[in-house]
Amino acid sequence: MLEVRALHAGYGEVEVLRGIDLDVAKGEIVALLGANGVGKSTLNNNLSGIYRPTAGQIRFMGQDIAGASADSIVASGLIHVPEGRRVFPNLTVQENLELGSYRRGRDKRSANLERIYGIFPRLKERIAQRAGTLSGGEQQMLAIGRGLMAQPELLVLDEPSLGLSPLLVEEMFGLIQALNRDGLSILLVEQNVVQSLAIAHRAFVLEHGKIALSGAAADLLNDPGLKASYLGI
Amino acid sequence: MLEFSILLPAILNGLTIGAIYALIALGLTLIYGVLHIINFAHGSLLMLALYGVFFLHSLFGIDPYLALPVAAAALFGIGYGLQRFIIGRASHGKDENILLVTLGLSVIIENLALYLWRSDTRTIETPYSFEVLDFGVAFIPVPKAVAFVGALLVAALLWLLMTRTDLGRAIRALAKERQGAKLVGINAEHIFAMSFGIGCACLGIAACLLLPSFYVSPQVGHAFVLVAFTVVVLGGMGSFVGALLGGLIIGVTESLGGLFLGESLGQLGIFLIFIIVLLFRPTGLLGQKA
Repeated sequence: MLEVRALHAGYGEVEVLRGIDLDVAKGEIVALLGANGVGKSTLNNNLSGIYRPTAGQIRFMGQDIAGASADSIVASGLIHVPEGRRVFPNLTVQENLELGSYRRGRDKRSANLERIYGIFPRLKERIAQRAGTLSGGEQQMLAIGRGLMAQPELLVLDEPSLGLSPLLVEEMFGLIQALNRDGLSILLVEQNVVQSLAIAHRAFVLEHGKIALSGAAADLLNDPGLKASYLGI
Repeated sequence: MLEFSILLPAILNGLTIGAIYALIALGLTLIYGVLHIINFAHGSLLMLALYGVFFLHSLFGIDPYLALPVAAAALFGIGYGLQRFIIGRASHGKDENILLVTLGLSVIIENLALYLWRSDTRTIETPYSFEVLDFGVAFIPVPKAVAFVGALLVAALLWLLMTRTDLGRAIRALAKERQGAKLVGINAEHIFAMSFGIGCACLGIAACLLLPSFYVSPQVGHAFVLVAFTVVVLGGMGSFVGALLGGLIIGVTESLGGLFLGESLGQLGIFLIFIIVLLFRPTGLLGQKA
């Protein structure tokens, strides 16, 4: 479904990603792990067209999308739920969700709204509230809900557990697993190693702009290299 | 002095001109709210629209009110094109560049108008130019009554557009959260240009509503844009209801000021109110905190 080959990207003179290979197959949860500042968000922003890669290929559903515009990538079904949520603070919860189907899934808008209010009853309670007044956890639900409104083929979740209480983190990972069981393919970008590996099928570990480790999630959990990646041993 | 029969006509008159101020300010505040830039070319574009409506009338005999859809569409097109192909490209994402580009555009447009049409003040005459409506307590010229109702209708339509359509939601979303907007597939360049175009379309409509009771000259934009800036700041930068309210307040203040202080000092009151609001409510009447 998603194939990234020899991807180089960065900001101006600074190269952050130095030749990344990564792939996600249909129906999988693939975890992309790595400590702060190793380039996880850079990779996401290049996948979703916020930035243009300097070299390499990104193939999604058979099309080369490297360097394509953000709106055409949304139209193709790769939906990125960004770090920091990026909800529209001045719009209501309902308006935020409606805009999720601005470019894709517009004809199924009302059905999808009902579905998302079913998944997140909290959002339904706050339907007319401005998104800027929601708690962090509610904003994260809204960001994911907004992403789901576009009927994604692949959902890229960037640090969905960041800033949530332990109880909510648990809930969030449960939700991601449930979405996947309903057939959604997910690229899960996380710092939360143990919980991510518990729900992922496969995982990649990013270190200094390169993939340091990859394999089945269950194998990686016991790999001594994983600890080294994180602790720099 | 404070006799009802003098005061009331002045207030009604103020409301009619205030509605036009509001319409011009709505365009300005829309552009500011989304693009975070002050469009210095706003007055010149209004002048251009007034000339357009003037020539449609004098050359082709088209009534200004019938010209409204044409003027709105033409100014929308000009605004869209200016933002998408000139202002947006020349700015390279820097606000100070945008200021200079819009300032430069206004100088070019104004001097082009001076060169083409000279500095003569021109007016048109319509069958209804001197008709009045009798409100019992006051007479209001028909063109001013039409302008008042028309401006309020446009404001209402604009409000519906901003709250009830995907375009309006996208404009508001982009104003506050650019990256989030891109990630739901909003084409930022297109929506920026749409906002600029809609803001300019307000000028086209204002021109059609103004001309039957006003004049056009290459400098005519100055009179309105200074007041419109005041209205925008008074109402709160980027606030729609604020622009509407501010426009009406300023219109009435100007009219009453003219009544008590004489025509030439009529605008004094505007700036007094302006300074007082800035002293006690720096974000404007309905502005949000930064």
